[in-house]
Amino acid sequence: MGFLIKVWAIVVKDVAAELHTREMVSAMLVFSVLSLLIFSFALDLRGAVAQAAGPGVLWATVAFAGTLGLSRSMAREQQSGCIDGLLLAPVDRSAIFFGKALGNLIFMAVLEIVLLPLFSALFDVPFLLPGVLLVVALGTLGYAAVGTLLASIAVNTRAREVMLPVLLLPLAVPLLIAAVQATGGLVEGASLGEVGGWLQLLVVYDLLVVAASMLTYNYVVEE
Amino acid sequence: MGEKRDVLGLVLTLSSAVALMVALGMVFLYAPREATMGDVQRIFYFHVASAWVGFFAFFVTFLAGIGYLARGERRWDILALSSVEIGLTFIAMTVVTGSLWARPVWGTYWTWEPRLTISAVQLLIYVAYGMLRASVEGPERKARFAAVYGIVAFVTVPLSWFAIRWWRTIHPDVMTGGEGMAFTSRMGHTLLVSLVAFTLLYATLLRQRIKLERAADVLTRLRLRAQSIAK
Repeated sequence: MGFLIKVWAIVVKDVAAELHTREMVSAMLVFSVLSLLIFSFALDLRGAVAQAAGPGVLWATVAFAGTLGLSRSMAREQQSGCIDGLLLAPVDRSAIFFGKALGNLIFMAVLEIVLLPLFSALFDVPFLLPGVLLVVALGTLGYAAVGTLLASIAVNTRAREVMLPVLLLPLAVPLLIAAVQATGGLVEGASLGEVGGWLQLLVVYDLLVVAASMLTYNYVVEE
Repeated sequence: MGEKRDVLGLVLTLSSAVALMVALGMVFLYAPREATMGDVQRIFYFHVASAWVGFFAFFVTFLAGIGYLARGERRWDILALSSVEIGLTFIAMTVVTGSLWARPVWGTYWTWEPRLTISAVQLLIYVAYGMLRASVEGPERKARFAAVYGIVAFVTVPLSWFAIRWWRTIHPDVMTGGEGMAFTSRMGHTLLVSLVAFTLLYATLLRQRIKLERAADVLTRLRLRAQSIAK
């Protein structure tokens, strides 16, 4: 029980810090809107094109905006020296991992709560389906988990923010393929059963990366 | 210390040289000419063999990463880093030979065919691993981060493989239509020998790379000692 309380304390800390400045979520949001704008120029997102390319554009936007938030969340820990405090506290390292990952998950979820209706309205693509929301939840979970681990690594390198996308995106390939395919299928009217294979792949990815990140996080933050 | 004879290294070098010669001979003289693709298909033997080594090398890095995190010994890190560098070379070779094959057979240097795509993804993971190492200060921290990345990256590779395969079966690629190859037992033998030859080559290169890294370590230590004496 104590474990969950510790995880929760870290989440609350991150959310409170973000509520003070609002710099991370607002940067992610503005970036996402710009990304939609650029994609709409680049691909001329109307009618059938929007239907076909929409899921890909959505996930590309979420993935890139996600790296922004993940980098920022870890950089903030470092600049404020908060991570040192966390490491000194009598808290299991995996609790720190889950706390940070859950915080990042919440920030990405806030972004998606705004992004999905906006996207649907601007390009007339029906993203607000229960199935799509499930796919978004599963995809974001895995992305936030592996992203939290890699952001903790990237923040300790010389290249810092530049390093995170380079490390994260190749590992996110299976997640992004599965998420785009499942979203695309659902938007075109497929049932959950018809995209079941992709959902399974997402679940397996989530389980594997959460387990691997939890087990290795200890070695990332030990100093 | 470097004076003692490296018998294993010598044996590996010689046997991989012989195996490569035999494989090369078999590819051109023993294996039959493929009916539809012609001589171009002969690149297949080295293509598959280098893809195998590329994958296997990453597996070794994964195991070495676990070894390093468990024990914290420098030799595990040396193994991981050596294996990645060699794997990078082989996976690059896979992508290049795949393109050379694709051009006459499918009419294009690059197609998003599943196996080519997964090789490209693996290549990018190797590159990211290398960039990570180059960007971390301090040997101990570098080894630790690289080990974690090697482990997590390897976990995602099979999933990438599934994802890319399914993705391509759902949207069939017309260009891969002519891919069915008339596979004869002579081709099987040639492929087998190529696989053995490339695996031996991997072991040889690995051995040399590890020796090189150890020599670099010795040199660093000597330099540090010389500096402290000079002071």
